[in-house]
Amino acid sequence: MKTFAELNFPGRLIAVEGLDGSGKSTQIYLLKRWLEAEGIKVYFSEWNSSELVKSATSKGKKRELLTPTTFSLIHATDFADRYERHLLPLLRAGYVVLCDRYAFTAFARDTVRGCPPEWVRGIYSFAAQPDLTLFFKTDLEVSLNRILEGRPKLKFFEAGMDLRLSADPYESFRIFQGRILDQYIAMADEFKFVVMDANENVEKQQVIFRKLVSEKIDLKKFKRRSPLPLPPPLNPENKTQELEGDLAAV
Amino acid sequence: MKDSAESKTKNGRRFYGHGIPRVKCAELAGKLIVVEGADGSGRSTQIAQLVDWLETSGHATVQVGLKRSTLVSSELEKAQHGNILSRTTLSLFYATDFADQLDNIILPALKAGFIVLADRYIYTLMARDMVRGMDEGWLKNLYGIALEPDAVFYLSVEPEELVQRNLSKNATLDYWESGMDLGLSRDMFDSFLKYQTAMQTTFRQLQKTYGFDIVDANRSIDSVTKELRKKIRALLEK
Repeated sequence: MKTFAELNFPGRLIAVEGLDGSGKSTQIYLLKRWLEAEGIKVYFSEWNSSELVKSATSKGKKRELLTPTTFSLIHATDFADRYERHLLPLLRAGYVVLCDRYAFTAFARDTVRGCPPEWVRGIYSFAAQPDLTLFFKTDLEVSLNRILEGRPKLKFFEAGMDLRLSADPYESFRIFQGRILDQYIAMADEFKFVVMDANENVEKQQVIFRKLVSEKIDLKKFKRRSPLPLPPPLNPENKTQELEGDLAAV
Repeated sequence: MKDSAESKTKNGRRFYGHGIPRVKCAELAGKLIVVEGADGSGRSTQIAQLVDWLETSGHATVQVGLKRSTLVSSELEKAQHGNILSRTTLSLFYATDFADQLDNIILPALKAGFIVLADRYIYTLMARDMVRGMDEGWLKNLYGIALEPDAVFYLSVEPEELVQRNLSKNATLDYWESGMDLGLSRDMFDSFLKYQTAMQTTFRQLQKTYGFDIVDANRSIDSVTKELRKKIRALLEK
């Protein structure tokens, strides 16, 4: 499996992985803010967000229709849609693409649900590897507490209730998240995850994250060029008019 | 005969690959019969005849087919209509549709001893993708979830005959069945012939791996029905 850089894409892809409550979404958001302020061409993509597939996924989840196999396949469909329609063209156009979760989320969850790891990896084999994958590693209790503190209403699949681990959603969530964490840890070497100590405070993690990114990626190459010049007018007679229009707009 | 490993092979059941988590082949008592073929090959007519005949003979049947899942059929229809999904995505969407029916209809029905009649199966899905240049190995892994049917009948009709049948039925050719997305020709008639020829070639290639029964469906409905009944009767008596 090659990275986008190894495949000679002009763009670069950074992914964050980790449990719910590991703080990865906050960190990638702050990274995005920084890159934008630096004038970098940046695009942010979330797990489970392709418009068309979303309606099927939410129906499946609401009505608890999903089996391990269809859960896996519908998420792969969602990923493929984002990959083919957004990520690939943007990476061809030289963007720095930030992904809150990548195929590894599927590898971890689907395996815990009993799908064979080789099968899941085979399905996602159309996707190249990120140029940098950060694994936000927290102690299980820390991330569990962050999520469970407010006693939120846990959704059926989110809590892993389909696995019948426990009749209590909170207990089920704990066991489920523990198993996912084990999967992440087991994958860390294979996929060269950079491990972030996510028990640290937000600011400290962000400093480390930004440093890692600037070491890995030559950011000045990804700067937005100054706005494109206006195309020359087709009809020279209209020239003055258009210029006036432009001035008026300013 | 004495342990579970042998009972697995006793009914000759197997998945093509890893199969479905926690499903035991030995429990799948019914029969899975697949009818494959292009639009206009007589698939639906033959399946309707078979259902009629099987139910009259006292067998319980269930029917499945492409784009019929509760989970994604309407979304899939929408996506196809707008032609907005790229290859891998469409392929995975179809796989989801298939898996939903496999998990929720086919496998439970087989457990209950039903005869499941599938109006197309993974072979059409694979052939369509292969004609569009997708990797065969990738598809084989994807459809490793599929159960090997007890019988697969591929109703083979010459593309020239298919054109005639489709036009006499609908007075038009279907966009996807003509492979218009492939840009083989801007002329729909031309494209249909080219696409269906490519599909047949791919089916024959898949036949070598999956060993299905190629039925000459250029013949009359009745003679095809007779042949199918004869073969299915033999299967049920086994």
